[in-house]
This record gives sequence, structure tokens and C-alpha cells, in this order.
Amino acid sequence: MDRDIANIVGSVVPGSPPSAVTNVLDRQIAGLDALEMAARSRPGPLRRIWASAWPVLAAIAIAIGVWEIVVLSGWKPTYVLPGPAQVFPQLGKDLSEPAFWSGLGLTMRRAVIGFALAIVVGAAIGAVVSRVRFLRVAFGSLITGLQTMPSIAWFPLAILLFQLSESAIMFVIVLGAAPSIANGLIAGVDYTPPILLRAGKILGLRGFALYRHLILPASLPAFVTGLKQGWAFAWRSLMAGELLVIIGHHSSLGVRLEYARENIDAPDMIAIMIVILVIGIVIDRLFSAADRALRARRGLDPS
Amino acid sequence: MAVTTRDPQRTTAPSVRIDGVSKAYGTGDGALLALDKVSLSVAPKEFVCILGASGCGKSTLLSVVAGLDRPTLGTVDVGGARVGLMFQEPALFPWLTAAGNVELALRTRGVPKAERRRRAAELLEAVHLGDFGRKRPHELSGGMRQRVAIARALAQDSDVLLMDEPFGALDAMTRDLLHDELERICSERALTVLFVTHNVREAVRLGDRVVLLSSRPGRVVEEFPVLLDRPRRIDSGDVATLAGQITDRLREEVGRHGS
Ligand SMILES: Nc1ncnc2c1ncn2[C@@H]1O[C@H](COP(=O)(O)OP(=O)(O)OP(=O)(O)O)[C@@H](O)[C@H]1O
Ligand SMILES: [Mg+2]
Repeated sequence: MDRDIANIVGSVVPGSPPSAVTNVLDRQIAGLDALEMAARSRPGPLRRIWASAWPVLAAIAIAIGVWEIVVLSGWKPTYVLPGPAQVFPQLGKDLSEPAFWSGLGLTMRRAVIGFALAIVVGAAIGAVVSRVRFLRVAFGSLITGLQTMPSIAWFPLAILLFQLSESAIMFVIVLGAAPSIANGLIAGVDYTPPILLRAGKILGLRGFALYRHLILPASLPAFVTGLKQGWAFAWRSLMAGELLVIIGHHSSLGVRLEYARENIDAPDMIAIMIVILVIGIVIDRLFSAADRALRARRGLDPS
Repeated sequence: MAVTTRDPQRTTAPSVRIDGVSKAYGTGDGALLALDKVSLSVAPKEFVCILGASGCGKSTLLSVVAGLDRPTLGTVDVGGARVGLMFQEPALFPWLTAAGNVELALRTRGVPKAERRRRAAELLEAVHLGDFGRKRPHELSGGMRQRVAIARALAQDSDVLLMDEPFGALDAMTRDLLHDELERICSERALTVLFVTHNVREAVRLGDRVVLLSSRPGRVVEEFPVLLDRPRRIDSGDVATLAGQITDRLREEVGRHGS
């Protein structure tokens, strides 16, 4: 193979000056490179959206179908377990009510603030623990252990510490989400490929520059995975909090859910559950998309 | 005393002095002696090629010289020179573009931003990747990545350049061209080079001297000065003759392990 290419090159311009040879070689290299870079064809955007959407739509259809069958079977009376035909109109009614939207707004505000706090706390803990060997040994497994603590088990303590207040809810969200976020960062720092660390050393990256140009970018995908997991914990903690810590007349999603139960308004209850589920899923999908985009940019995507 | 650059053997203090370097991986019974009392001096501006069978400790030697690994015994002295190392694998940062990787090397040297852009473009041009600066490493072929790594190594503007099989993944055509380019850059910048390769002809094409390492443990078994005039062609008769001699010696060395 090598021999063949050498022959081709040799036969291009026999006896011509070296610069001409170089130019021809230049062009040939460009040609070779162009061959190697041949574009991979991708399906159009509509096809791709459809390809990823139809399994989801099918799953939703099946779930609704099973639900309807269970209701039709007469297992429970419909005032306890209403069917889709009762719940979806109720959901439509909720969505047209301003009070519902202000409740949703309150819940989302708590989610955003709580999650932001958890990111700050989690990233700070992760950064310190991944850097200091002693802390690493002492706290590494403790942080993982914290993840297994059901968030609802924190509430008695939170209520003692902060009474029935926003702070109690925030406290539990942070405790629920921060360990995952810290763990993501620690894993990312740990799995920075050793060859890149050696390359960084050769390039003269030290101290802060080492973090800024090598360790942080290298750990970003693992950090995003940690964020995604942290979000799931934060959302669960928030919902538990809104059911347990009811403050005045603020009707957050959780409070509406609790009122619906008290009033035995099953269609409204299930409608609100659907809203909670959808928000959780949508935000999880956003993190997944960010994660995928990040990995694809680095060629980590197997496809 | 007038010291000419034509004959590197006659220059004064060596640029790299490797003195009785041994490197063992592990300890006790399971220890593996990768290098055994390797001594080698490289004169300023000298181009030394290191040949040896796979696993004989060539990469280990380069990382010891670069200061990435400590020798178990012996010393390495580079006299305060800046040492650049090009790894056997490209080791590019996957989140940066090709140009970004080269620019980072310039940045750690404190080159200002506008200048970085220009220099990175020039260096990529020198390895014939002028049009690919905005691609990320995974979008490039293996050989192209290797060339980006060469550009990055040159961007470090080191006095001593260690190269670990830099052209292994390239097709013969690109490789020949980069031989010329490397030769030009080395004489322009007065670089001292330690160059590891498996390819005997490549070693003869490029080196002022070819050093043969034995396997398990790695030792210097023989050195061949290459006294052929430059520019040389890899397919010339003189290169082939010397390469033949060296190959015979290499076979002998490898054969020692077979029996
Ligand atoms: N980090 C390590 N830990 C243990 N053993 C190692 C390590 N690095 C290298 N070795 C061993 O040391 C020996 C020399 O390895 P080295 O990579 O230096 O060989 P090489 O000459 O560069 O080989 P190649 O030509 O295949 O690149 C090998 O036997 C290898 O298994
Ligand atoms: Mg090697």
C-alpha cells in the first residue's frame, strides 16, 4: 500500500523542480483529507423528530388505554378512580384558570431557587472534596450514602429547624439534590483521562489554569449527568415538601393536590398529578438533550 | 572556537544528558524493568532517532526525559531547556477545535490573543491542515489528529522536542511531506530532537544518529551515526543500504528473545 502510493507520487512529475512536486503533493494530501472527511448523510429534521416522537406517543396511548380498561373493569367506583374522559376535561379547565398558573408559578419558583442553591452547594462540596485527598477519603462514600436517604425523612428535622416555612422546603431540596451534583463533579474530576492530564502537564497547565482549561471541561459531561440526577431528587423533595409543609393560603401544585384529595375531587387530583409528571419529564429531557449535545460535540456519542 | 552546526558531534555541552537511567514499574517480584541503565547524550540541534521493538521502553524513556515520570535510578539533565513532548496517541483536548488545541499551547506561553490566532493558523498550515482549524478532534481522521498534535507540539516552542512515533498513523505520501517539513522546522528553530519510530528507513531519513534499544530490559545496544548528506530521500539507495544494516542488527536483537 505504502509502496503503491510512493510509486504514484514518484510518477507524477518526474524531473520537475522540487517546489512543483511539493505543490502536487499538497494538492494530493488535500484530496486524501477530503476523502477521509466524507460527510455522513443524516436524515432530515422532520424525520428525526418523528422517529423519536412516535415511541413516546405510542407509550402514552398504551398507558391511557390500560388506565381506561382498569376503570371500565369496575375495580373501583369512578368517584375514586375516574377515567381519562373525566380527567382530561378537568385538566383543560385547570389550565384555563389563572389561580392554577399562579400556583404553578410558585412551585416552579421554589424549584428553580432550590435547585440553584443545590447546584451552588453541590458544586462547592464536589470541588473541595475532589481536590483534598483527606476529605475525599472521609466524605466520598458519605456523599453517596446521602443519596439513598429518602428526602421525606428529612422533613421532621427540617420542620423542627425552620418551622412550616419556605426555608424548610429549600433545606430538603438542597439535601436531596446536592449529593448527586457533588458526586457528578467528583466523578468527572476522577475520570479526567490520564493521558490528557499528562498532556496538560507538558503544555505547562498548572493550578487554576489546569482547572479552567483541562479538569473542568473534562468533567463537564459527568457534571451534567449529576445535574440531571440532582433535578430528579429536587423535584421529588419539592413535591413531598409541598404536601407536608403547607404555608398559609399559597396554593402551590402540592397544595392543590392535597386539597383535591381532601375534597375527594379525584379528577382534579389526577389532573394535577399529570401536570407534576409532565414537568418532571420535560425538564429531565432538557438535561438529557444538553448531555447528548455535549457528548456529541466531543465525539463521545457511539452513533 | 568556531562550532559549526553541520557536525553536531563537535558542539560543546550536550542538550540532553541521560545518565544511567533505569525505570522499573511496580516493586518486588512483580516488578518490570522497562529501562536498564540507559545512557545517551544528545548534542544541541542534534536529531536522534530511537529504534526498538514494541514494548522495549521507548515511550517510557521519553516520559522520563520530559519529566512526567521519575527514573528509578539515574538522572536526566536537560540544562533548564524547555522540553516538548508529542505523545504516541494524539492526546488532543476533545472539547476544543483543532485550532483551539494549538492556541492553548500558545496561551500557556503567554502569547497574546490576536497573535495566537495567527500563529495557530500558520502551524496548522505547516502540517497541511489549514482548512480544518474549526473541526473538533473526533471529526478528523487518525492521521489528521496526529498532525494537529504535531502543530501543538511545535506551538510550545520548546528547545528540545520529544516525538513518539509521530508519523505512525500517516500514509506514506503525507509522511514524506512531513519529513521535509519537520527537517525544515528543526533547522530553522535549531531544535534538538529525540524521535522514536518503528520505521528504520524513517530513522535513517531523519536522524543524525540512530540509537538501537534492546527489549526487556531496554538498553542501548548500538548507535549508528548517519553521515549522509541532507536533503535525503527516504527511497534513496544510501538510505536503504544503511537501513538494511540496521534492520539486520535489529533482527539479531529481537532473535535473541526468540531462542
Ligand atoms: N504505567 C505502566 N505500568 C506498568 N508497566 C508499564 C507502564 N508503562 C509501560 N509499562 C511496561 O513497560 C514496558 C515498556 O513500555 P513502553 O510503552 O515504554 O514501550 P514502547 O517501546 O514505547 O512500545 P511501543 O513501541 O509499542 O510503543 C512495556 O513492557 C510495558 O508493558
Ligand atoms: Mg511507545
